[in-house]
Amino acid sequence: MPIQYYIALAVTLFSIGVVGVLIRRNAIIVFMCIELMLNAANLLLVAFSKTHPATATAPLAGIDGQLFVFFVMVVAAAEVSVGLAIIVMLYRNTHSVDVDFLNRLKN
Amino acid sequence: MGITAIVFWILCALTLFSAIMVLVSKNPVHSVLWLVATFFSISGHYIMLNAQFLAIVNIIVYAGAIMVLFLFVIMLMNLNTRTELKKNLWMKLAGVISGGMLLWILISVVRTYSEQTKVHPVIAATNTGSIGLIKNLGQVLFTQYALPFELCSVLFLSAMVGAVVIGKKN
Repeated sequence: MPIQYYIALAVTLFSIGVVGVLIRRNAIIVFMCIELMLNAANLLLVAFSKTHPATATAPLAGIDGQLFVFFVMVVAAAEVSVGLAIIVMLYRNTHSVDVDFLNRLKN
Repeated sequence: MGITAIVFWILCALTLFSAIMVLVSKNPVHSVLWLVATFFSISGHYIMLNAQFLAIVNIIVYAGAIMVLFLFVIMLMNLNTRTELKKNLWMKLAGVISGGMLLWILISVVRTYSEQTKVHPVIAATNTGSIGLIKNLGQVLFTQYALPFELCSVLFLSAMVGAVVIGKKN
């Protein structure tokens, strides 16, 4: 598959995530759209890691890209646990997960 | 059109359709389920690219652990019966337009790129290669990337402590 198909798919997924962050008010769905954007980047990293044909001198060319995807997943898991804890705390204090109420954190 | 291209286009359509359904679903539980469908189709792409370890990890970590965490939180808050407050229609329109312009710019960059590389197109090799296998990934991870791997455990520890501290009642 030519790489530009994968790039087009990944940027479309990323744009869908951006639109979701902009138009939804539910904090959990905004969070899920961030996950969608992370996955678009992951897909692009994996696709680019496969553009290096293996040679005799470098049989593992491109493996760094796939390891980066692994680390992105690790960081995403940590981020989700803290983020959901923040959302639960927000819900406990305001009884709402509407992001427009987030300005109450000011005082 | 070979079988690889057919599978690729079907997976693309599934990915984009379920990603859009994440946005337009009114019920947050349905959004979570559509996001799981998105992750499964992205895993299908990984399998096509012969990144088998990442495909399995994507299903186990994302579709398994993270999405279950989302479902737990949604059910804890009992959001599935409540409808979202109506957002200003103009704000929604502005969001869609700005996201669409971002997509337009990025797609035109991709089109320019594909015209420039028409003679020697860059190919992402499907159904071949051994860099996605767990043996090779593990060898590189535990030798060259051993320090970042250990730092990840510190990150997880701090995330765990942070989640407990934030979630604690006062």
